[in-house]
Amino acid sequence: MQFMLLFSRQGKLRLQKWYVSLSDREKKKITREIVQTVLARKPKMCSFLEWRDLKIVYKRYATLYFCCAIEDQENELITLEIIHRYVELLDKYFGSVCELDIIFNFEKAYFILDEFLLGGEVQETSKKNILKAIEQADLLQEISYSTSLLC
Amino acid sequence: MALKMVKGSIDRMFDKNLQDLVRGIRNHKEDEAKYISQCIDEIKQELKQDNIAVKANAVCKLTYLQMLGYDISWAAFNIIEVMSASKFTFKRIGYLAASQCFHEGTDVIMLTTNQIRKDLSSPSQYDTGVALTGLSCFVTPDLARDLANDIMTLMSHTKPYIRKKAVLIMYKVFLKYPESLRPAFPRLKEKLEDPDPGVQSAAVNVICELARRNPKNYLSLAPLFFKLMTSSTNNWVLIKIIKLFGALTPLEPRLGKKLIEPLTNLIHSTSAMSLLYECVNTVIAVLISLSSGMPNHSASIQLCVQKLRILIEDSDQNLKYLGLLAMSKILRTHPRSVQAHKDLVLQCLDDKDESIRLRALDLLRGMVSKKNLVEIVKKLMSHVDKAEGTTYRDELLTKIIDICSQCNYQHITNFQWYISVLVELTRLEGTRHGHLIAAQMLDVAIRVKAIRKFAVSQMSALLDSAHLVASSTQRNGICEVLYAAAWICGEFSEHLQEPRQTLEAMLRPKVTTLPGHIQAVYVQNVVKLYASILQQKEQAAEPEAAQDVTQLMVDRLPQFVQSADLEVQERASCILQLVKHIQKLQAKDVPVAEEVSALFAGELNPVAPKAQKKVPVPEGLDLDAWINEPPSDSESEDEKPKGIFHDEEQRHAKQRLPEADEEELARRREARKQEQANNPFYIKSSPSPQKRYQDMPGVEHIPVVQIDLSVPLKVPGMPMSDQYVKLEEERRHRQRLEKGRKKKKTKEKGKPRRHGSLHTESDEDITPAQQVDIVTEEMPENALPSDEDDKDPNDPYRALDIDLDRPLADSEKLPVQKHRNVDTSKCADKEDVPVVEKKVKKPKKKEKQHREKEREKTAKGKEKEKSSKHKKKKHKKEKEEKSKDKKKSKKKLPSDEAAEPVENGALDEEPLPPMSSYCLLAENSYIRMTYDIQGSLQKDSQVTVSVVLENQSRSFLKNMELNVLDSLNTKLARPEGSSVHDGVPVPFQLPPGISSEAQFVFTIQSIVMAQKLKGTLSFIAKNDEGSTHEKLDFKLHFSCTSYLVTTPCYSDAFAKLLESGDLSMSSIKVDGISMSFQNLLAKICFHHHFSVVERVDSCASMYSRSIQGHHVCLLMKKGEKSVSVDGKCSDSTLLSNLLEELKATLAKC
Repeated sequence: MQFMLLFSRQGKLRLQKWYVSLSDREKKKITREIVQTVLARKPKMCSFLEWRDLKIVYKRYATLYFCCAIEDQENELITLEIIHRYVELLDKYFGSVCELDIIFNFEKAYFILDEFLLGGEVQETSKKNILKAIEQADLLQEISYSTSLLC
Repeated sequence: MALKMVKGSIDRMFDKNLQDLVRGIRNHKEDEAKYISQCIDEIKQELKQDNIAVKANAVCKLTYLQMLGYDISWAAFNIIEVMSASKFTFKRIGYLAASQCFHEGTDVIMLTTNQIRKDLSSPSQYDTGVALTGLSCFVTPDLARDLANDIMTLMSHTKPYIRKKAVLIMYKVFLKYPESLRPAFPRLKEKLEDPDPGVQSAAVNVICELARRNPKNYLSLAPLFFKLMTSSTNNWVLIKIIKLFGALTPLEPRLGKKLIEPLTNLIHSTSAMSLLYECVNTVIAVLISLSSGMPNHSASIQLCVQKLRILIEDSDQNLKYLGLLAMSKILRTHPRSVQAHKDLVLQCLDDKDESIRLRALDLLRGMVSKKNLVEIVKKLMSHVDKAEGTTYRDELLTKIIDICSQCNYQHITNFQWYISVLVELTRLEGTRHGHLIAAQMLDVAIRVKAIRKFAVSQMSALLDSAHLVASSTQRNGICEVLYAAAWICGEFSEHLQEPRQTLEAMLRPKVTTLPGHIQAVYVQNVVKLYASILQQKEQAAEPEAAQDVTQLMVDRLPQFVQSADLEVQERASCILQLVKHIQKLQAKDVPVAEEVSALFAGELNPVAPKAQKKVPVPEGLDLDAWINEPPSDSESEDEKPKGIFHDEEQRHAKQRLPEADEEELARRREARKQEQANNPFYIKSSPSPQKRYQDMPGVEHIPVVQIDLSVPLKVPGMPMSDQYVKLEEERRHRQRLEKGRKKKKTKEKGKPRRHGSLHTESDEDITPAQQVDIVTEEMPENALPSDEDDKDPNDPYRALDIDLDRPLADSEKLPVQKHRNVDTSKCADKEDVPVVEKKVKKPKKKEKQHREKEREKTAKGKEKEKSSKHKKKKHKKEKEEKSKDKKKSKKKLPSDEAAEPVENGALDEEPLPPMSSYCLLAENSYIRMTYDIQGSLQKDSQVTVSVVLENQSRSFLKNMELNVLDSLNTKLARPEGSSVHDGVPVPFQLPPGISSEAQFVFTIQSIVMAQKLKGTLSFIAKNDEGSTHEKLDFKLHFSCTSYLVTTPCYSDAFAKLLESGDLSMSSIKVDGISMSFQNLLAKICFHHHFSVVERVDSCASMYSRSIQGHHVCLLMKKGEKSVSVDGKCSDSTLLSNLLEELKATLAKC
């Protein structure tokens, strides 16, 4: 996977994760182009489109579009599965997630994604393991946070 | 409760936390930019503070702003500060910010190296994890080089959480620093059998990604992956493995055959669509690579097509889309199977989703036949009318043209129909593809002689109709067709019904609004028309009419002379002068038509687009040599402007010049015919050669068969292609009736067909409306077949095309950070002790590790790979653990062997019982020595002897030194400056119970004979009672086998080798063997370094190569109780010695 974008129906970016190294300008250009293309598509259309030499796989959940760019040989259906799995993870973590959760806790959304994917490859397929890792890291954060305050 | 209070107070202490920022931005919708610049100022203040918590908070806010599109690269250094915070909370934020905004161009990134290294080795797995995650986003070549070794160590971390992250990130490291691939690969391979499924799947992921790019280097892993595939139940992993096999099979067709069965089973059984789709895709890829066409595979194709049909029929648009996509892959190789589902594809053309329609269009190309082309195009034309977006309409247009023109217009039976379709397409407005239509018109008119008359009539109608000219003012590509129309009408003006009318149409003032290059063609072709009118009028003896036409030209041409386009202006000026001159001559009643027509005499032949490129350079011509002396560096640049003349002009020049020498031309033509007749790839322009050369001089030899027109040539007004559908049906019906009648009477005479062999039966029944010859494009004689290499030299994955089976060289070690300059032997010694202690403390952990190691060992035995040994050199610490483990596993060996069931796997290379190539060298109460000898293909006169030394006593062994008595042929490589009597020190010491491996290099001259060297190991044994000087004598046996290096060989290369006849032959037979052939083979391969080329039942061919490049081929057959081995080798002595050694091994079985 080359990158993942989350954006709202209004085209506002909510999360971006790049697994290829690009300059900020290039990233912005790509983002703008993809957001436009995806938003222009009608609801009944299929979730795949060809863009440059990549394939874009996207899916809409409530007000948010989840959008991944994959290479030619990658499997579109498994990418949809990845998106769905990520949504499930967010849902479990936040407890029926909504766009606002991701806006206000965007760093958590990143942490969850980082436990799920690494370098664009699936790192852990078990939802339980991912949530466990996140919980423990959060706990560690709380501890180090409180110790930093007390010391 | 207390915590919350403290937290609250801290929050207040911060000027603004992330939530406040987000809320603020949402509340300042109108002046967002202003608000944010205010926030950034605040953040800058916060970053200046010393409190790390405040800094981290600021960085967190910056990360959010970065997502909104604000530049935060100025804070890169602050981000690094936060990354290096000791508290996980802040570190996490720092790494997140870095992963979001660092890229290869960030210059401060090099400052992070040491921080990252520190975090990687942190005792907290979450610190390490967060560093790995961050690194995966911003790793640069420098970071990859510096940290490769650290990450590689993490691949063997005790926590699977770290292991899987380290394994995954290795892929990014390989991409940035390809040199790390070979040193890290053995460990990566071990991870394929990691006990933790997450690590295992990570390793599968990485190797699949690597192999997808450079499959040939990973063929040796196929058996391992095959086992994983048949045993794994994790769909994520399965998909990756199946994808990997898709990449491997084109290189190894035998693998493909094995794969079909398990894959079809999966297709039948799986309920996961993603897996099903992957399987279908791979089956398709496999079947494409098995192009030899095995009949029983049609079942697999049928299965795929059936499953895809289910996908396409599904109401889920996604499945429909993918189904069509996969279908188009099948279409390329098995068009028949797909054609059966034409109905479905046509149905998808009506889908409301454009992307699905586009996919269906792709498929149509393969669906058309002579029979249904008209019908399909009709359908597409109706879509063109309905289509909303221009992109889709343009796509339709190109598809129509593509479908019709494919394979040299193979499917078109009626070119009148095709011309009408093209003309109809010109009514499309706003298309970008006017030039495509124009190119088709030109191509058809030039190459299909029989259609010219009709084409000309249609084109003149186009020129006459105003809509195209009118549309040229809008930004519109369709006026391009006028280019073609004008040229066709001019070039083939003899077919014009009303040339005068067309001439006037071309001289209308409106024409000057057209683009320059079109006007230029107009001007040129106006003269052609004019010439033909003059001729006509003069023949008809109507001088007034002729003068009238001249006057028209003189009146209208000046409008072109004023053109802003140079080309138009120049042509028009020339022609105007010419016409004025003609006018003068006409006034004197001089007949001019003959001479004017001579300007355009002769006919143009179509020339293949690549013809120019393919003209071979004559022998002795050096294109780079100077013809004249190079000019002095004068300033005058008299480069000729390029590209002013259009294609058409070039054609004029090319065609007309050589006619000067008729004889030469005739000679060449004969030669070409000869060649074409002999060339099976040349599509003959006509199957009736007798008819072809009926004394027709020059270009006239291009055959034109008489047309039997069943359709009126002139369709009144603008033609509608629809009319042809009906006409065509009637015609076919008539034909069928006729045929029925004819059959009764006589056998039909062989009708000339264009591409008979390519048609389906039903196609052949349809005779073309016109017997049309499609003139083949001309190519120069001796055209060179040019194979362009399309590989992109900038492909980042190219660097990873690395042979992984070659053993590691010293220079390839990963750079390790060293702070100490201490002698390595001492260093190793120091490290030994703590390791042992640690192990004692944590017996549980050790046991676990041990189990892992054992697994690795077994895996290695199976793989017949020894490269891991080389890796060991680098990691002394590990090495020692390993060789110790090795010992243990070896002791267990017999029971293992018995326990391991012989699997009846489907691959040739079945898993082998674990084996060790180490054999006993010498043993006493202190020490036990085992050794193995390995050669390398890179060094033809060197072998490496690895000696494992195991301390069996309670004493501490040190000052070990190994010495041998050199022979003339074999010598121990000693350090520089030492004499032949000096020993080579062993670079480590051995505490009680520890074993370690030392390597010694020997140089060898001849390798055809086995040899034994006497040697001594001397050492000091130290215990509580004091130290003694001890020694142990041994005999080092260099068998011929030890000079062989396992080298894979493909069966075709093997066959060639055997056929070459350069090899001498010898054979042996051994009786009384009870072991199964499978194990026998494995044993021979392992101990004697052979690789299996092919195996059929109980007969196998094997190959190996000596370090000096001798080929050794074996054919082993097993009878009831005996085994016979036939050997062929480039050296007979070597062969007989090898066979003797084989005999000894077999005798033990």
